[in-house]
Amino acid sequence: MATATYTPADYKTPEESWWCPGCGDFGVLAALQKALYELTLPPENVAIVAGIGCSGKIGNYINSYNVHVTHGRTMPVALGLKLANRELTVIAAGGDGDGYAIGMGHFMHALRRNADITYIVMDNQIYGLTKGQTSPTSAHGFETKSTPAGNIEHNVRPLQLAIAGGATFVAQGFSSNQKQLVEILKAAIRHKGFSLVNTQSPCVTFNKVNTYAWFKQKLVDIEKLDGYDPTSRIAALKLLAEHDELVTGIVYQEAQPTFEEQLPGFRQQGIVNQDWTIPPAEFQRVLATFR
Amino acid sequence: MLSEVVWRIGGEQGQGLDPTSDVFATVCNRMGYWVYAYKTFSSRIKGGHTDFTVRVSQERRASPAPRVHLLVAMDQESIDLLAKDLVEDGILLADSGFKPQAPAGVTMITADLTAMARELGNPVYRNMIAVGASAQVLGIPLEPFKEYVQEKFGRKGEAVVQGNWAALERGAEIARQQLGDRGFRLGKPDGKSDRLLLTGNEAMTLGALAAGCRAVFAYPITPASEVLETAAKIFPRYGGVAVQMEDELAALGAVIGAGFAGARAMTCTSGPGISLMQELMGLAGMTEIPCVIIDTQRAGPSTGMPTKHEQSDLLALIHGGHGEAPRIVLAPGTGEQAFYDAALAFNLADNYHCPVIIASDLGLALWQQTVEPLDVSKIVIDRGPIVDQAELEHIGRDGFERYADSETGVSPRSLPGMRNGQYLATGAEHGRTGKVTENPANRVRMMDRRARKLQRLQLNGQDIPGLLYNGPAAPEVLLISFGSTFGAVEEGAGILRSEGMSVGLCQMRVLNPLPAEDLTHLVTSARQTIVIENNSTGQLAYLMRANRVPYENVRSLLKYDGTLFRGDEVAARVREMVGAAPAARV
Repeated sequence: MATATYTPADYKTPEESWWCPGCGDFGVLAALQKALYELTLPPENVAIVAGIGCSGKIGNYINSYNVHVTHGRTMPVALGLKLANRELTVIAAGGDGDGYAIGMGHFMHALRRNADITYIVMDNQIYGLTKGQTSPTSAHGFETKSTPAGNIEHNVRPLQLAIAGGATFVAQGFSSNQKQLVEILKAAIRHKGFSLVNTQSPCVTFNKVNTYAWFKQKLVDIEKLDGYDPTSRIAALKLLAEHDELVTGIVYQEAQPTFEEQLPGFRQQGIVNQDWTIPPAEFQRVLATFR
Repeated sequence: MLSEVVWRIGGEQGQGLDPTSDVFATVCNRMGYWVYAYKTFSSRIKGGHTDFTVRVSQERRASPAPRVHLLVAMDQESIDLLAKDLVEDGILLADSGFKPQAPAGVTMITADLTAMARELGNPVYRNMIAVGASAQVLGIPLEPFKEYVQEKFGRKGEAVVQGNWAALERGAEIARQQLGDRGFRLGKPDGKSDRLLLTGNEAMTLGALAAGCRAVFAYPITPASEVLETAAKIFPRYGGVAVQMEDELAALGAVIGAGFAGARAMTCTSGPGISLMQELMGLAGMTEIPCVIIDTQRAGPSTGMPTKHEQSDLLALIHGGHGEAPRIVLAPGTGEQAFYDAALAFNLADNYHCPVIIASDLGLALWQQTVEPLDVSKIVIDRGPIVDQAELEHIGRDGFERYADSETGVSPRSLPGMRNGQYLATGAEHGRTGKVTENPANRVRMMDRRARKLQRLQLNGQDIPGLLYNGPAAPEVLLISFGSTFGAVEEGAGILRSEGMSVGLCQMRVLNPLPAEDLTHLVTSARQTIVIENNSTGQLAYLMRANRVPYENVRSLLKYDGTLFRGDEVAARVREMVGAAPAARV
């Protein structure tokens, strides 16, 4: 196979971005484009499944195959895509509402399936596109248009949920820490199995609490912790509990067989690239069992 | 000599009645009879009454039988419930273990089946003794049953074969001893023994496999789960997958993902799942991603009666969900049609880039019927318009118009992996390249283009027949039906024709786009029309009227008690309606 060389521009579409100036999603987009470029993945072999919300626009700006689905359904669509053609790099992306509210059911099952998919959640603790309602990652007491007296629910802890749910790769990035986020995304895409990358991606318009400055102050870089072992589930859960999940880096990674690897009779070649004809004599043998 | 005998076995759920019924149906089918096998069951695992009925005929029968020749009862409740269905000289075979009480005038054979089975070495022989006795009562030779036993149990060793043979003979002997010469004599089969015995669920799964479907994503639901189960058994041999998803939204979501990638994938569900899938059907319509959905209709709404038959999802299948996007809805009525329609569904999906729904129903999906040998060579995989790589090279980056204008409304798609074919498939309104826009002129152009797809249903320049008609050019009565109801209507039409009534028989094969012109022609040629369906509002009749089919002489014959129509029932009700009809217009 001829080795194609790509430029960063090969991962961009001509479409002008539509996000608010300063939106955290710009950082996630740039990091993902850089990660794809550094991994030299042919754009035509990348498929992105995006959810609904501001973050769901990410696919519009990346030169790849993109499906922009209904609210909350990125996980099953990504699974179908991957099983149809396992030769593709499949990335799902969406917001905290898409993944942890309306899509929470699918998220939990994606974790335990461990199909080779990377899931990027752009978490901003708010519903931005609908102009400022509470989100599943909003903190207790958070005041929004839908919780004017303060949020009385407790926030979802996606990283701990992911580990408890059987995730084999769990990481968190910060959209303004490009260097680290690019490395996390590359590791996530290279990981054989399901990888969750929760990214802190501030909403500059509707979230005046969880701002860039707030995250810069709170986030702890795992790489700077002495002797942290990302292969230990117990250590990972302890770290997340101790820091209320406000960490960045690869929290947990383990090698497990993927969903595709465990499917009986599943072939290396993508289903779409196989010959689907069954010789009539062979088909008659199948029919003969229905007599 | 009878042209048909009807056998029924009743007892409690979990008593192992299904394997008994299965042996009986399978052997009769192999002998060359037409078999139709169905059961009564409820939504529980053990306990509760259940019964299995097998119609064994010299000609095709695909609806429940009016009367029963032999009833095998494993408990008193079965006698109390079912003895009334026996024909005048019908025979009851009961296990003496429960001290059966037969109604006055019913001939009963009794035997302590359990004790006899133990004597023969294994309590499971009880069912085979019942089969042997049944064959004797109905005048069916024992030899084919023995051959079946040999084939089925041969590898378990000679002792098992001999034990089952002894059980069959013992059963026949009991019947001979207690009945003497009485009993029934079924006429000989027509000799064709290469036919299959299939449920609609199995037939559709096999048709899908033949058409290149290699992925089934579904959530278990009665009465559709067997599609997922059959695929799980067979698909992996051909590199395919069957995945049980976490819910119906996930099921259709995965089908759409696979369809976007270019695979042929489908899901199977019933009414509750269809309700949940509506938003995603809209996504498939908007993104123009091919997908195939089997809807095995059951009694709704909500949980309704999960184990009971109905045909009440038509409007949901065609018009459900928000917004307007085209869907194709096929309506198979026989096992053969179920097989070929499943294959057709994939070719239509790939050519029309929209959801294709197979409107199945419980009667078609679950009940076994004799099916003519299936010819897989008739199935040609037609992938529909896909842009070729050379053209994409020529177009270059960012130039491919996935949603280009076209006369037919369908534009070639690219598949992931094709260079320069990258595009955005979005549920948001978009322009030719997929880029999102709310431009009013574009909106109208896109809506019109998508709607245009269903102007005419064709593959390779050949029209897909929207209905099948059989009967005189200008019948007295035109009977219109779809799905498994067709079996009863066809049988009913046979009865009415034998009485001299001029009957036209129309089976709907495509429900959307509705073949309104053909229907108009039929309805205006007939003196009167009766639309026969299993729902309470006459959804097909409603669709006909909405599609401007003349309705002055159209009436509905509806049944929505959860049971299927019988042929004699259709005949009786049509006779009544025709008799009560106002004088025909001049």
